[in-house]
Amino acid sequence: MPIPETLKKKAEEIVFRYPEEKRQSALIPLLFEVQRELGWITPEAEEWVVETCGSTSVKVREIITFYSMMRAEPCGKFLIQFCQNIACCLTGGEEIQHHIEEKLGIHPGETTKDGMFTLKCVECLGGCSWGPMMVVNEDQYFQLTVDKVDRIINGIKAGEPVLPDNPTPLLGNVSGERTA
Amino acid sequence: MSGNGTALLISRNFAVDKMASIDVAMKNGAYEQLKRALKMKPEEVTQVVKDSGLRGHGGAGFSTGTKWGFIPKDKFPRYVTVNGDESEPGTCKDRLILERDPHLLIEGALICAYAVQAERVYVYIRGEYFYPTKVTANAVKEAYAKGFAGQNILNSGWSCSIHMHNGAGAYICGEETGLLESMEGKKGWPRLKPPFYPAAIGLWGQPTIVNNVETLAFVPRVMEIGAEKFAGMGSPKNGGTALYSLSGHVNRPGVYELPMGTPLMDLIEKFGGGIRNGKNLKAVIPGGSSSHILTAEECKDLPLDFESVAARGSMLGSAAVMVIDETVSIPKLMHWMVRFYAHESCGQCTPCREGCDWLLRLSKKFVDGTARKRDIDDMWEIADNIDGKTICALGAAVAWPTKSYLVKFRHEFEAVCKN
Repeated sequence: MPIPETLKKKAEEIVFRYPEEKRQSALIPLLFEVQRELGWITPEAEEWVVETCGSTSVKVREIITFYSMMRAEPCGKFLIQFCQNIACCLTGGEEIQHHIEEKLGIHPGETTKDGMFTLKCVECLGGCSWGPMMVVNEDQYFQLTVDKVDRIINGIKAGEPVLPDNPTPLLGNVSGERTA
Repeated sequence: MSGNGTALLISRNFAVDKMASIDVAMKNGAYEQLKRALKMKPEEVTQVVKDSGLRGHGGAGFSTGTKWGFIPKDKFPRYVTVNGDESEPGTCKDRLILERDPHLLIEGALICAYAVQAERVYVYIRGEYFYPTKVTANAVKEAYAKGFAGQNILNSGWSCSIHMHNGAGAYICGEETGLLESMEGKKGWPRLKPPFYPAAIGLWGQPTIVNNVETLAFVPRVMEIGAEKFAGMGSPKNGGTALYSLSGHVNRPGVYELPMGTPLMDLIEKFGGGIRNGKNLKAVIPGGSSSHILTAEECKDLPLDFESVAARGSMLGSAAVMVIDETVSIPKLMHWMVRFYAHESCGQCTPCREGCDWLLRLSKKFVDGTARKRDIDDMWEIADNIDGKTICALGAAVAWPTKSYLVKFRHEFEAVCKN
């Protein structure tokens, strides 16, 4: 697969953020863009990143294997990152996780046969006051219930995705509305 | 002011419609403090921040102005790195700043950069924060367009660029030297100390200030109300307010901006609406999952500031308060907690890399009902062998809570043992 022009343009912008002799700093943002564009980091793209950042194959490999969001193999069209950390577990996250597993017929780490969904259980996603939470591709969803998860997944299947919770809803006194 | 009569400093514009766009932000006073700072001498700005008692809200609670003061006199170029890696379990306040008022953060980062005469600012945001990153990146573009970043900012003769940089899923990159390694395009292995602060040797070996998102967002407010007033709002040695992330079994979880030193039980009962479903409080994790757990008894009369929580044998950390009711099994909580560290240990130091995995396997036995009594002591021993024997604080971050769960709730572990 050749490197798309859009990606090459993006690479120029990313490399420009760092002093000229520090191009290796562009590695993580650039690999991130690669998988955003291509869905995963293909061997060809990996090689291209090595050249673009003036790095070495082994250093790029090191990055890909160290950072948990990096994908060196294809995944489903929709990647569900489901939070399994304390705050989400305290608010019923495990039940909802099991519901997703049953609904999609897959376990964490697996992809549905039609290639639509991959389920990944991840550590804290920083939505603790709004738990349980998950991120589907780049969309964040908070205060999950079985019903809400059904609507999100059914919406994706029907091509009418549920709007993500952007921005994060205001809870607590920071909204200036709630009273003690 | 919020509805409950608390003066809001950094969250006061969170609910303003389109606050993330620069025109709205400027109507609400954005960049006025940068303009003022640019008319002062850099060291005067640092002094104001020092006098205000502002402390790092990322976890360590170090004096922000003092940190800025560590920059060596004659070494250039210098950098500022915004730590937006927010990944300490329980912590969810920086995301609101990034999404709701990114210009406040940018202004604070630029004031910091001016105070230490840095030429570049990098905003490092964790990879999972797609939406917060999008909003902040757009705000950076707007700041350039209005001349608040770039060459000769507001005709002051000082130039500074500001750039976005994302992580890709690694808790360890919240540790400031791990973050710098990550910024340099490497795995986020924390650096050996000393030097204890990257102020002298930081990004690419140059003087660097690494400050948390919330900390920097406070800087324009410190400038606005003055050091004395800011210092007076908190408790002794703890200036101003804090964003407390309240989660778990309360009726009203959320992010609360309250003065430093607000009593823990006020946060839970008065603000959080008490324990949900009429249950009783069992325990509280007061400062992110790395802090020692507190029993319900220990939560009484506890002001939430760095010294008071430390005096009670725990830490305020990132002010992430997780509330646990009587229905929760502490061995199960232990398993959730340890699973995180086993996943996130970076693998650099043997005690942590191996120890976290052993702890995970043992904690699973308590959940599965196959544990023996000696497993309790083994877990304590493993935790003790990690504690203080690693390059970074992540070792202690797993050892401390582990030990505290085992000691304070030993009876619960014993109750699920087979023999």
